[in-house]
Amino acid sequence: MRRALALALVLAAQQALAVEPSEMLSDPALEARARTLSRELRCVVCQNQSVDDSQAEVAHDIRRAVRERLVAGDTDKQVLDYMVARYGDYVLLDPPFKARTLLLWLGGPAVLLLGAAGIWLAARRKQAAPAPLSEAERRRVEELLKR
Amino acid sequence: MNSNRLLFLLPLLMLVIMAGFFGWSLMSGRDPASIGSAMVGRPAPHLAVPSLRAGEPALDDALLHSGKPVLVNFFASWCTPCLAEHPIMTRLKEREGVVIVGVAWKNKPEEARAWLQRLGDPFKAVGFDLEGKTGLDWGLSGVPETFLIDAQGIVRLHFRAPITERDLTGTILPLLKAGS
Repeated sequence: MRRALALALVLAAQQALAVEPSEMLSDPALEARARTLSRELRCVVCQNQSVDDSQAEVAHDIRRAVRERLVAGDTDKQVLDYMVARYGDYVLLDPPFKARTLLLWLGGPAVLLLGAAGIWLAARRKQAAPAPLSEAERRRVEELLKR
Repeated sequence: MNSNRLLFLLPLLMLVIMAGFFGWSLMSGRDPASIGSAMVGRPAPHLAVPSLRAGEPALDDALLHSGKPVLVNFFASWCTPCLAEHPIMTRLKEREGVVIVGVAWKNKPEEARAWLQRLGDPFKAVGFDLEGKTGLDWGLSGVPETFLIDAQGIVRLHFRAPITERDLTGTILPLLKAGS
């Protein structure tokens, strides 16, 4: 029981927010939008953490800037564009679909299709009936079986 | 039969392609951790920070549009790579006569002032960005970061690391010579 409680506490600690209470907006609707946006923004110094998860200085600044933009009346897209203008597409955890990211978006499905085509071809080849034995082969088989 | 045999070469072919890619990654100096810069090739972002020096006016865009190339260096007294970079800044100013504008990022003004007093102040003007708001406008990810802004006010280089001797002789000085 005590062990379970300890485990629960450890897990709860890991869930703790990087967002500090002082950063939060008093308007719950705006705060909810800010949280959603910070989950879509990538922390620029910790590679694969979202701004929402990160304790880095810059992540703190970005969280604050997101909230300032929202309070100023920006739409979600305007906030993301504001960040992309400063940090490039890198700052988006969901990379946009464009010429430079074609391989990223279509590479996986393309490999899947190639694999499926390969399996289909292999299966078709196996199904083809083998050519009937020639007279010489038939005699050889009989000879082997008799042994 | 023959095409089946060729199929056995497929794994080898894939190995060669992958080895080629890995080899190229090693040799070309490609840095997968580099986050690049959205600033290069665009007009310099706004500069609006209070001066670190008593009695001097706040730093503004006029500093970046003086008709001469300008280096903008973000630093902090708590940042060790900035300490390593400092002699390069001094050299740029004293030996090459480059105009450098400094911004102390997330640094208490008195601490930044003491740091410059101890090491020497290579800046034409130096301000401080206590909350990192100007840093965000410049797409900063930390310190030290350095921007080279040409005579037309366009960002030409953005270093997300301390400037090294090699950056100086290989990239910055040739560009400054070509620009002025």
